Order: sequence, then C-alpha cells, then structure tokens
Amino acid sequence: MKRLSLWAILATVTSATLAAPAFAGTTFDAVKARGSLNCGVHTGLAGFGAPDDKGNWAGLDVDVCRSVAAAMFGDSTKVKYVPLTTQQRFTALQSGEIDMLSRNTTITSQRDTELGMNFGPTNFYDGQGFLVPKKLKVNNAKQLNGATVCVLPGTTTELNLTDYFRANKMSFKPVVIEKQDELAAAFFAGRCDAITSDASQLASIRSAQASNPDDYVILPELISKEPFATAVRHGDDQWFDLVKWVVYATFEAEEKGITSANIDSFKGKTDPTIKRLLGETPGLGKALGVNEDWAYQVVKQVGNYGESYERNVGANSKLKLPRGLNAQWNKGGLIYALPIR
Amino acid sequence: MSQDAPKTPWWNDRAIRAILYQILVVGAVVLAAWYLISNTLDNLAARNIATGFGFLTRESGFAIGESPIPFDPADSYAKAILVGLLNTVIVAVLGVILSTMIGTVIGVARLSGNWLVARLASFYVETLRNIPVLLQLLFWYALITEGLPGPNQALNPLPDVYLSNRGLKFPTPDWGGVEWLVLAALFLGMAGTFLLVRWAKRRQALTGKIFPTIRAGIGLILGLPLLAWIALGAPTQMNAPELQGFNFEGGHSVSPEFVALLTGLTLYTASFIAEIVRSGILAVAPGQTEAALALGLKRGQVLRLVVMPQALRVIIPPLTSQYLNLTKNSSLAVAIGYPDLVSVSNTTINQTGQAIEGVALLMAVYLAVSLAISAFMSWYDKKTALVGR
Repeated sequence: MKRLSLWAILATVTSATLAAPAFAGTTFDAVKARGSLNCGVHTGLAGFGAPDDKGNWAGLDVDVCRSVAAAMFGDSTKVKYVPLTTQQRFTALQSGEIDMLSRNTTITSQRDTELGMNFGPTNFYDGQGFLVPKKLKVNNAKQLNGATVCVLPGTTTELNLTDYFRANKMSFKPVVIEKQDELAAAFFAGRCDAITSDASQLASIRSAQASNPDDYVILPELISKEPFATAVRHGDDQWFDLVKWVVYATFEAEEKGITSANIDSFKGKTDPTIKRLLGETPGLGKALGVNEDWAYQVVKQVGNYGESYERNVGANSKLKLPRGLNAQWNKGGLIYALPIR
Repeated sequence: MSQDAPKTPWWNDRAIRAILYQILVVGAVVLAAWYLISNTLDNLAARNIATGFGFLTRESGFAIGESPIPFDPADSYAKAILVGLLNTVIVAVLGVILSTMIGTVIGVARLSGNWLVARLASFYVETLRNIPVLLQLLFWYALITEGLPGPNQALNPLPDVYLSNRGLKFPTPDWGGVEWLVLAALFLGMAGTFLLVRWAKRRQALTGKIFPTIRAGIGLILGLPLLAWIALGAPTQMNAPELQGFNFEGGHSVSPEFVALLTGLTLYTASFIAEIVRSGILAVAPGQTEAALALGLKRGQVLRLVVMPQALRVIIPPLTSQYLNLTKNSSLAVAIGYPDLVSVSNTTINQTGQAIEGVALLMAVYLAVSLAISAFMSWYDKKTALVGR
C-alpha cells in the first residue's frame, strides 16, 4: 500500500514534469474545453466524500464539485471524481491532475502561500478533538499526559496534537498509521489510549467502526480551528472566482430560504438580490464567464447549503452533527455569504 | 611482396566507434535530464511552489513514536529523517541476521532425512513465500494488538517483564558509571577470540590438533565482561518498568509495531533464503559428502567444513538480492505504524509540500543503502570464492 502511494507521488511528480504544457492554458478554459470537471475528493469519509450504496459519490464536499459543474455546464453530473489520500491531495492539485480539491482540507497560511493554492469560502467549521474509551475515565484532554495517541500522518492534525501537548507541558507517544481503517482498528483494539482527528471525523469513525459506539466519548476540548474549504491552484483568477461565488451562492440561497424544491416559485419576485441570484437581472453570469442561470442550476440540481448539510452530516444523516458554528450568521453561526451584486 | 592493407576509414574504426557511441549516449542522457529538470523548475516557479532543501533545517513540529536517539518536535526535519533512517537500518540489520539464521535452518531441514521435519520445512516455505508480505505484516500487527491484553492486565511471565498490546517491557541495568570498563572487557574478549582463532588455525595446520575455538571464544566474549563486572563489585541496579498512569515507565520497551515488522519481514525473507540454501547444498556433489565421511569427519563437521564452504559460492549472490529486498520491503512499515524512513519522509513531504525534494532524498538514501549492502556482499563473495592453486 505504501508503495502504491509512493508510486502515485512519483507519477504525479513525473506528470508535473512531463505533461505541464497541457496545462499551459488557464484552468477555466481547460475545464470548459474538456466538458467535465476533475474534482479531488476523499477516498471515503462518510458525510464528506464517499460512494453511496449505489456507487454514486455523495457528501458535503462532493456537493461542492457538483455545484461547480452545475454552474459551469448546467449539469451537476459532469464531474470526474478523483479519490485522494491526505498524502496525494496537494501534489495532485499542483500537478494539474485535478482542477479543484474538495476534500475536508484545512486552510492554513503555509498551504495558501508555499504550496501555491487559493482557498474558497469555508464550507465546514471543525476543530480537532480526542475520542477515548469511557472506561479510561478521562473527562478532559488535560488528563491525557503520558497517553499513547493514534493519529493519521501528514495532516495538520499531527502538528496540532504535538503543539497542544508541548504547550501544556505534557508528553505522549504517537502511533502513526497511514490508512484510516487500520488506524481506527488499532485504536479499538486498545493499542492507543486516544485517537485524534477532526471532531466530525471522530463522529464518523465512532458510528462506523466501534462495535458499541456508546463505549466511546469525544472529549469536550477542541484543540484547533479546522476551517475546511475548497482549494484551487494559484494563477487562474477566473477559475478561483467561479468556485468562490458558487459556494457563496449556496449560502445566499439558504439565507433567502430558496431550496431545490421551491426555487421555481421565486421566479418573478421583486427582491433585487433574488433577481440577481436567479439570473433574471443579467450581468453576474457574464462576469463569471458562465450562463446567467448559473446559480439557479446550482440550487435546482444540488440544493442550498442547508439542504446539503442536513442530507450529508446533519440530523437526518448517520453523523448527526448539530449545525453549531455551521449555522447561518444570523442564527449564531459563521456561514456568511458575501453580497452577490 | 608487400602491400599496405587498405586503411580503415575512421568511422569504421572499432575503438573510435565505441567512444563515439558512448559520447552520444551520455549526451542524450544529459540533455534529457536537463530538459526534465529545467521544465520542472519552470513549472514549480509558475505555480509559486518553493524549491530547494532549505526546509530540512526548519523545526519539524511532529513527534516520532520510537527513536534510537533522543528526538523532540522542536528538532529539525533533517534530524527527523535521520531518525527514520536509523529505524530502517535497525530493522534491516536485525532482519538480515535473523532471516539468515532461520532460513539456513529451514533450508537444511528441508533436506533432512526425517520425513516430518522435511515436510514441516516445505510447508513453512510454501506458505510464507506465497502470501504477500503486506498481508503478513498486517496479520502480525493485528495478532499483537488484538491478541494481547491492555497495559492494565499485562501478562507478567517473568518478574518485572510485562507483555501487553503496548509492547514488551523489560528491566534494563542502571549502570553505576562503570559501563565503559565492562565494554572494554567485552572488546578485550573479542580481540582475544580473534587471536585465539588465528593461533588455533596455525596449530592445526602444523600439528593437526583441533582446538575447541567456538566454546573458548564464547567463554572469552561473555566471561570477561562478567568477570570485570563482578570484580567491580556488581554495582548494577535494575531499572524495572512500573505501571504509571496510562502505561509503563522505566526499563526498556519493544513496540508492537517493531515486533510485527521484524517478524513479518524476517519470516517472509527466511522462506526465500531457505530455498537458496537448499539449492546451494544440492549444488554440492554428493561425492564430497561421501568422501568427507570416508575421511572420518562427523556429520556436523561435514556440513560445516566441506559442504557449506562450497555451497556458499552458490548461495551468496542470490542472498544479496534477498537482503536488498528485505531492506526495501521495510518501507511497508507505515501500514502498521512503525516510523521508518518512508513514513517520516512522507510526513515531511506533506508538512512542507516539498514532494520532489523529499522523493529525491528517499531515492538517494535507498540507493546508498542498497549499494552498501551490495558492496559488502561482493566483498564477501570474493573472499569465499574458489581460489585456483
């Protein structure tokens, strides 16, 4: 398995080296000419990016891919999904193997600068937590001094974990396993006292892999801020603008109460924002380089942000995550669409 | 009557041609490399991706589970990679030694006249050789983590020795500052053994008398340090592991990841080595054994003095590639969480985004390690080669 991903790195490095002239044009033009979108997603994280029981990709991050395809081509199915591990994802984007990365990726300054990426609006606010067996009788993270902690390699998680223990003058032993399934298996077998990851991911691991989910508890402390967002390469502003405003459009639609079911009833309303969003007042689509009904197609085919949230990670899903920070700004959350005008 | 042979035109001259072709090939390789490198650098610059090995001196910021040298998250990426390399070397060296020992025993056992022993050895070889090594690693890891109890219910087979799914914990001697004297005695014992072997060989050549060098050597190497230690008044306290909080403190521990990796690699490679040993022994003409027996040598002596030295010439070249395989297979460690070179380098690549530099470094290190093994084995091969007299 290790060798496979090494090969993948080599392959992407080689393709960065050899195939570069193919991406000489801007990403926007390349996607348009190709007629479909190459979207980098998780290899399988329930709620964010995973194939459903019919083999179709589904999840909060997958919905961003579909929304961009709907805006670009008027068809949310024109997406080729590229499953990527944490170790492959940035190289795949850098080398042009994918057009955008929508894979619960945390925005950090280093990724934004040195790795040559631009991040769209945050579509999920998370924080890193700890999952521990109840029988350890640990109530907060400060009691984890000396613990063995299971962690995935090569993520901000690994660094936050180290920072947290260093800041609190505590020690720990990491067990670093590349595949999430193997890592979780080691934790549930008792190899580690705690497993750390983003709280949403811990909920997903607990619901999917624990023999009895009630025996495990997520500690109350979140030791980091993990804003997840869609990433594109530096250097194509038109493409970056489109991805950014597609996400804002789904936020705005929820704020205005426009859903995939009722959107047609909003046609002909006098609210100028809604008129602009539905493309009845032209200009916005032309500026973005797409059809004027781009936002209409997004909401009609994929739904607004709230619909996507409820369907994939909210109360109606297996993860049952409360809206929390991911509620609209006027309902106590951080989801805030910039003015669409 | 003399006539000058027609002069060969220079383009038909064999020597000139040979040089010309080599220049052309080298030129093509250099051009291709230049094209690839400059293209890569241009593309990286166009995408605003930092290049160079400057990241190696930056603070790594991540912890490593086990390390033969002290490592702190405040240390640099270069030191982290060094830790990974040392971990790889430890597993490779131990794996090579153990798999050679096990492989030799199994290989000889497969040729045994005892039906049961021969069948068991065949079963071992056929089973382990045909299961992918990654599966075997996962199997051993699962066996240890799922099969053994947690630290609170750790098995306690010997006083102060604990076995749990956190690993094997055993007491270590707490030297009272006299360890260097004992070490000196150890080296003295080794040097003494070396001299003894030379003396015994010469005496055997002159008088035909055989001296029990093996027993005497073991006695010297183990006995001298022990004597030194007792002479110093046996000053050692044992540092025993104790259950504190989540885990054992004190003593020494061997992690499940290390054991699983070493076990998997060793048993897998040993099955190949067994076949190499078997083929080497079969390559020695049976007349050699018969002749040696007729001279009155014992069975063990026949194997050690007559058959093995000849078999080694067949065994060593393929053995080299098994050693290389074992070393390279250790890169599967990340699947079971052992922080080897690949695991640490991958983390580094991910934290810094310097994929090209990281992979280049990995390739260079593995190349160096492989060439070192290969060079050592060629030297040994030459040493055991048949000397024409």
